[in-house]
This record gives sequence, C-alpha cells and structure tokens, in this order.
Amino acid sequence: MARRPGSAPPQIGTRIRERRLSLGRRQSDIARGAQISAAYLNLIEHNRRPVSDALLTRLAEALATDVKELASDREELVIAALREAAARIDLRGPLPAEIERITEFAARFPGWASVLAATLRLAEGLERKLVSYSDRMSRDPYLLTTLHEVQSAVTALRSTASILAETPDIDDQWRNRFHTILDQDSLRLSRTAQALVAYLDSFEDEIVPMSPREEVEAWIAAGEPNPAEAPELASDVARAIAQELQAEQTRDRAALSDAELGGIVDRVARDGRPVDPADIARLLNKPLDLVLRRLGILRPGPWHDAGLIVCDGSGAPTFRHSAPGFVLPRPGEGCPLLPIFEALAQPQLPVSRLLETPEGERFAAWAIADRHMPMGFDGPSLSRAQMLFAPAPPDDARRALPIGPACRICPRAGCPARNEPSILGPV
Amino acid sequence: MKPGIDVLLIEDEPSIAEAIRFILSREGWRCAQWSEGSEAIQQILGLRPRLVILDVMLPGRDGLQVLAQLRATPEIASTPVLVLTAQGGPLAAEGASMVLAKPFANEDLRQAVRSLMPAGQPRA
Repeated sequence: MARRPGSAPPQIGTRIRERRLSLGRRQSDIARGAQISAAYLNLIEHNRRPVSDALLTRLAEALATDVKELASDREELVIAALREAAARIDLRGPLPAEIERITEFAARFPGWASVLAATLRLAEGLERKLVSYSDRMSRDPYLLTTLHEVQSAVTALRSTASILAETPDIDDQWRNRFHTILDQDSLRLSRTAQALVAYLDSFEDEIVPMSPREEVEAWIAAGEPNPAEAPELASDVARAIAQELQAEQTRDRAALSDAELGGIVDRVARDGRPVDPADIARLLNKPLDLVLRRLGILRPGPWHDAGLIVCDGSGAPTFRHSAPGFVLPRPGEGCPLLPIFEALAQPQLPVSRLLETPEGERFAAWAIADRHMPMGFDGPSLSRAQMLFAPAPPDDARRALPIGPACRICPRAGCPARNEPSILGPV
Repeated sequence: MKPGIDVLLIEDEPSIAEAIRFILSREGWRCAQWSEGSEAIQQILGLRPRLVILDVMLPGRDGLQVLAQLRATPEIASTPVLVLTAQGGPLAAEGASMVLAKPFANEDLRQAVRSLMPAGQPRA
C-alpha cells in the first residue's frame, strides 16, 4: 500500500472513529486530549485529512490504545489477504467483491476481516496439504516401486502357476525351473506386502489428523499434564475427555490413596515382582476394579511396567496406557481375545490370563468388569471393564493365550476369533 | 537382420519373461527378449519381429516412449504392438494395437498374440 512520507495509511480515520465509538467517547473529548479541534477530528475520522505520526501518537493516547493498533501492519496484512481472496476466488456470479472499499471494510469490521483472511490462509494450507498428499499417493516413488513389485510378482506367479497347471506333459527341467520361480516370487510377494503394510501404517500415522481419542492417548503418554495447557490436546473434545478422565482418577484416588496403595504393595512385594491384584484388594478391603485401575495409574514399585486399558460396555476404550512391548491397536480395533472383552461378557467375574504377542512377548493380565446403574433399577445398567497387564515372570507356567494386533494386520493363521481376513495372508 | 523372429518381448522382469517365452514357444512362435527401454528400438530394427510385446514399466526408457518412437520410425511403424500394463482397466496407450493388463490369464495372452500376428499362423 502506498504511503506518503509523514502520513498514516489511508482509511486510518475510519479506525480512529471505530475506536472512539467503541469507547463511547465524544469527538470533542478525544479532540481535546489530542490537542486538535473537534471539527478537525471529524475530518480525520472521515478520511478527509491525513494524520501525521505525531498527531497519531497523541490520538492513540487519547483513545487509550497504541499507534500500532491504529496503524498496524497487521491490518495491511489482512488487507493484502483480502485482496488475494478477491482475486483468487472467482465467484462467477453477479456479486464481485467490492475491491474499491477493501480498506474501509477491513477498518470497519476488523474482526470479520481477520476471520476472512484467516479462513483464506487455512484454505490455502489445506489446499497445499491436499496437493502434497495426492502427489504422495500418485508420485511417491517408494509406493510406486513397491506396488510395481507386487504386481510383477503376482503376474509372474499367476502365469507360472497356470503353466504348471495347464501343461501336464512339461519336462522336468522346465518344471523345476517354474517351481523355483514360484518359490522365489511368492517369497518376494510376501516380503513386499509386509513392507507395504508397514509403510502404509507409518503413512497413516503421519497424515491422518489425530482423533480426539488419539489426542487423549498422546496426553496420557505425556504423563497427563494440565489439560488446559497440554499441547497434546488440540481439540475441545479431547480436552473435555481428558478433564473427565482426571475427574474419574480423582474420585478413584479419594477411594484409594497413593499412600494406602503404595504401602500395601510394599508390604506384599515378593522379589520385586507383581503379586496377585486380588490379594492386594483383599488386604485393602477395596473393590478389585478400583485396585486394578489404581495399580495401572499409580504403577507403584513392581508395577512400574504395567499397562492399563479401561473400556465401556460397547468395548470402546476410555483409557489406555501401554506396557513396554505391548502394542496397542488403533482405537476401535483390537484383539477379540483380550481378557478385557472376556471380562466384559461376564461382569464381576475376574479373568486372569497369560498372554503372548506374535513377537513372543508374554504378559500377565487381570481383568474385571463392574456395573453401574445411573438410570436406576429400571434402566439398563452400564458396564465398565478394566484390564491391568504387566510383563509376565519367566516362570509363569500357565498356557499362554496367543493374542495379536487388529485382525487386519494379525499374522495368526487359523485363529477362531478372527473377525476380518488379514492383509498379510497366510504366508 | 535376423530373419524368422515372430515375437520380440520387451520386459525386464525375468520371471514374467520366462513364463511368456515358454507360453508362446509352446504355441510355435519364435521369441526373442530384450529387457530395457533405451535400446529397444534398435533391437526391433535389428530383429524385425512380426509382433512386439512391450511392458510399460521399463528401466532406461518407459514403454510408452518406446511405442511412440516405434510409430515414428517408418521401417517398423506398422508393427503390431501388444502393450502390457500394470494398470487395471482400459488404458489409453496411444499407438498400441492391444493392451493387456497384468496379471493376465495365459489364454488371453495366447489369443492376443494369435489375433495380432500378421497372417495369423506361426511361420514354422
């Protein structure tokens, strides 16, 4: 924007007028404070007189604001953004933007003007992101190469397998040759498929905006800092969930204090290994569900590596904290064999299992579901299940239950609990 | 110039090339193979195959560029070209006589070669 030396930007008068009106002051009051006549201020306010920098300083003082507010570059930025919006967004309609009144608009409605400018910036940011994601999908060299590998292996496998099937009289040398190809290309295919799954998973983590539930999990992993300030909680929904979680934890802590739980855990500790949580509950004379939750949150002494999952009656997780080596699935996905779901199906009955992940890590898990009747005797009762788990001691001799990640990426063949075919397939 | 080549297969995947050569040889076609794009035209000019089977994804120079150059080279411009593509569905490969999507059924390959081959019969 052109600016004559010693003068303020055009339309500054409008801003001065808006400021004065917002304070509910009269022209004569402000004019006196700025040592000018009311008539002169009136001319300034209608943009008929330029304002020198010295006068602007006095006016700013009289208006209890500062010069930057009245003649800020920020407004010029807003105006530039508005100009750009008007130029870029071709309405193709009968209502073009009133470009000639752009400074007046920005000055009269600074809030709306910034909203509009911010919206444009947001739209531009999203547009850039969209372009980069679609670029990535269509031009990502790793993805293209890997997909090409898959297609080549499949093509070779299909042709070779058909040859073997449709040529019964094939001579031994060729048969051996094609068997070798089948062997090599099926191996190549399974390796490539695994690499692709791993790659796409990482891709997802990076580009999919986190759901409020995932934000809350990031917040839990960060040690539950103050929800009002936690950078992990980007959305209002996530902040509300976190606050509710903290309220629940406060209620739990009131029912079983850190000192009380820590004292018992120390007393029953055996060789620094976790003991049966039911023993702890009995000694404390407290409900088992409370003890499981408190052990999973406080993680005293031998429980320092413990994880905790709490879910509602629909199986939706409300709290998840993992243990080292225990990979939590994305929220909404999970192994149907986890004891937490077994507990959910038979409330009040404790479930204890030795779990083994596909990587061979073993965990001892304790789960129990409790019920609440917030809708009274006639209403449906609500269930909540909690599962506490910790690395299993090497001498845990129970038969291990083979669990996995979400079925979609679980390698366990022939699992009776599978709810979706695995994209890893039978390798 | 080597006479008597029916099919020149331009394909860089050894397993696929081997399968295709086997399938076509069993049909009586005489096949040669080349595995990259940059010298593909010289190979076609040298061998003068009756039919070219051309993969799209080739090292050196992609199959569609090879195809464009072939159509622009008078001595070989009329050679029928069967394009193998990784893309599903009909693909507009300009200048292709026919397009076969990978993975393909061996029978579709046999039929495509039979229908594209000038005069239609093995020379042998």
